[in-house]
Amino acid sequence: MLVNQFLMLGAVLFCIGVYGVIARRNAVLVLMSIELILNSVNINLLAFALRNGSADGHTFALYVIAVAAAEVGVGLAMVLLVYRNRKSIALDDLAEMKG
Amino acid sequence: MLSASTEAAEAVFTSGWFLDHVWIVPIIPAVAFALIIFFGKRLPMKGSELGIISMLATLAMSAAAAYQWIDRVEAVDKEVFVPPVIKAWTWWSSDGFSFGIGQHIDGLALIVLCVVAFISTLVQIYSVEYLHGDRRYTHFFASLTLFSAGMMNMVIAENMLQLILGWEIMGLCSFMLIGHWWEDGANSRAALKAFFTTRTGDIGLLVGTSVLFFAANEWTQKTLGISSFTIRGLSAWALSGEPSSTAITVGAVALFIACIGKSGQFPLHTWLPDAMAGPTPVSSLLHSSTMVVAGVFLVARLYPVFFEGMNILGTNVNFIVVIGGITIVIAAALAFVQNDIKKVLAYSTVSQLGYMMMGLGAGAWLPAVFHIFTHAFFKACLFLGAGSISHSASHHSFDMKKDMGGLRKYMPITFMTWIVSTLALCGVFPFSGFFSKDEIIDNVGHNGYNLFMIVGLVGAFLTAAYMTRATYLTFFGTSRGASAGEHHDDAHGSHDSHATHDAHAHDTHGHDDHASHGESQGPRESGKLITVPLIILAVLAIGSGFLNATPFGEKWEKLKVWVEPRAEVVDATSVALVAHGGPGEVRALPAAEESEDGHHSSPCGSETPKDGVCVAPQLNHAKFKWSKAAMSLIIVFAGILISWFLSMQLYERKNKALVGLTQRNKLLGAGYNLLANKYYLDALYENVIVKAIAYPISRGAYWINQKVLDGAVNGAGIVARVSAGWVYRNIDQRVVDGAVNSSGAAAQGAGSALRPVQSGKVNQYGALLFGAAAIGALVLVIINT
Repeated sequence: MLVNQFLMLGAVLFCIGVYGVIARRNAVLVLMSIELILNSVNINLLAFALRNGSADGHTFALYVIAVAAAEVGVGLAMVLLVYRNRKSIALDDLAEMKG
Repeated sequence: MLSASTEAAEAVFTSGWFLDHVWIVPIIPAVAFALIIFFGKRLPMKGSELGIISMLATLAMSAAAAYQWIDRVEAVDKEVFVPPVIKAWTWWSSDGFSFGIGQHIDGLALIVLCVVAFISTLVQIYSVEYLHGDRRYTHFFASLTLFSAGMMNMVIAENMLQLILGWEIMGLCSFMLIGHWWEDGANSRAALKAFFTTRTGDIGLLVGTSVLFFAANEWTQKTLGISSFTIRGLSAWALSGEPSSTAITVGAVALFIACIGKSGQFPLHTWLPDAMAGPTPVSSLLHSSTMVVAGVFLVARLYPVFFEGMNILGTNVNFIVVIGGITIVIAAALAFVQNDIKKVLAYSTVSQLGYMMMGLGAGAWLPAVFHIFTHAFFKACLFLGAGSISHSASHHSFDMKKDMGGLRKYMPITFMTWIVSTLALCGVFPFSGFFSKDEIIDNVGHNGYNLFMIVGLVGAFLTAAYMTRATYLTFFGTSRGASAGEHHDDAHGSHDSHATHDAHAHDTHGHDDHASHGESQGPRESGKLITVPLIILAVLAIGSGFLNATPFGEKWEKLKVWVEPRAEVVDATSVALVAHGGPGEVRALPAAEESEDGHHSSPCGSETPKDGVCVAPQLNHAKFKWSKAAMSLIIVFAGILISWFLSMQLYERKNKALVGLTQRNKLLGAGYNLLANKYYLDALYENVIVKAIAYPISRGAYWINQKVLDGAVNGAGIVARVSAGWVYRNIDQRVVDGAVNSSGAAAQGAGSALRPVQSGKVNQYGALLFGAAAIGALVLVIINT
């Protein structure tokens, strides 16, 4: 059924996102991976909304997009500050919080 | 059982507000004492005004009460028993015993109360100037006021416990006042000596009160319905023929030992001369109307107990009369070797108290009480006169030989009052001492105590002689030392160690002020606050004798009517009577038959009263004869003349035959040494008795302290240490510390185990997050399926 393909796409995107978060050392790329994860969730929400014929899923997706935009704004600002201080955005160097 | 037909049975006694409320009198100075202590220093006159006002109030109240008492007594026939005005409240009760507090007012209480209030007032006024600028001025007035409160409480006491209360307040206050200038070691030693010596006697007071209470309580409860702590209960019991002779004798002897201590009788008189260390107004108050009179007052108050217990009038010798007689002579002899004017007066007081005791012991109750009355005035006057001399003429020295002489020209008022009081003390007609002392001697002889009558006459001779010597040294001859204008720098050290100095009183004056009045003006008369009390007392030293002037006939014997209790058999219920306001009603039994010689006689004291009780023994009064009086007057004048002649030869003409005689003649020298060392009594008390008793006790106490108490303490310490060690090792170290350490170790282990998680690497955090989310999702799936 059509829903299956939607869900498959969401799962693939989610896995790519998780991989990016775990494996990438570039902070911008990690942020992009987080966007991928959020959007995979959006796809799932829309798929179920269409299947159930309800507007709830759409509304939720819109909220997620708005929150994601804010998140990216904050995240990029942090990246920019880190870059100004260190001339690098490699996450491996940001280990001062090590316990 | 009463016949309504007799007139006496219908007698109704008048009373009055003041007579019913005498109990307020001691409360006034007690309240004033508290006010002076708390607020005195802030008042304009540093608290002295409160003391004087309270004394004036008590004087007014007791005078009014005395007036109403006279009304009460004179309204009835002379042979009717006049009941005392009694009020009683329960102070506290415990296990069936109840202890009362109240008033027992009769002629004796009122006469002493008036004297106390009067002398206290004058002494306080005098002290305003005498202690001006003293560093403990306020405390001095506070103690003086409390002292009077104690005496007044004792005088009006309804029962023995209240009496003991007042008695002990006086003991405490005398300690504080004698040691007023305690910075000087001699003064605080004198205060301690006074306190301990009187305490030694006070044991007798407690023992005697308890013995009498347990011996008499059953009888008084059954017959009168009152406790045998009450004075009227004890009096009635003593004369009831009920008491066993052992109980009452033991009780009376124990009480008399207390009187010996308080009234400075032989052999406990040694504290009294040392008590001169206090400020002169204190000596005056102590020696004239309070403290020392307390012992005599107790004997007079509980006279029936002593009358029966000592078998007064029964034999021609008894304990009281012997002690009194010895005291008269030994104290008078001691007065001859004193150079300190206050010590002469102190021994004179001891001697005069001996007269009072001897009078009481020989059945001369009224003369003895009369002597309390007259003696108070002239002795207070003499002491205040001595204070006046030291204050204004002799640089606060009391040494007659070094610092006095020839003062009659400079101090006319002090001189005149001194002469009047000295003549009164010697017993010269018509001064007050003549009437009272002669009456004692006369009655002692009349009651069959002939030996003691001679002792009394010898005492009169000695009194006249030592007072003449003191007067001569002080006021006649040439001025010496400080009174001649010499200023000694070492005023504190120049006299022998016994001399008392009032110099301490004037610390705040500064020494310059001191020097100026000594050197520029020489001796001068004292100020009005000092001379006016002196004049008042001198007038009374003449006048007070006429209140009971036996030579002028029965009309003059006022005190006999007012003060002496009537020895009548009365109904038991009237003795127990407690008047709660309003006139107390008493019904007397029909008067006894007139005896053959026309004297009314009552069975009280001599036989067991039937159908009633007695509260006073029947006493006789000697008929006054001019021939007897002339003999004692001749003896007194002989004493004055011989002493005057010897004093002239010794101190003024320096007659070679007399000066230094005590060094040349062995017998006289031995006598002098005996007197100078005060019969070695002080040495006996301090070296023998104190060492023999106190040292073994202290050694024993030390041994017990070291061996027993320290052993117990050490043993307890060892046990505690061992058990504490065990607790430390086993419980503290293992259990408590183990729990604490292991929890710490656990936390540390968990921390180090979790530490690698906090790597600081964002990717790893993300991995953990998603791993955890994945696990959570798996768990969710498994639960839901």
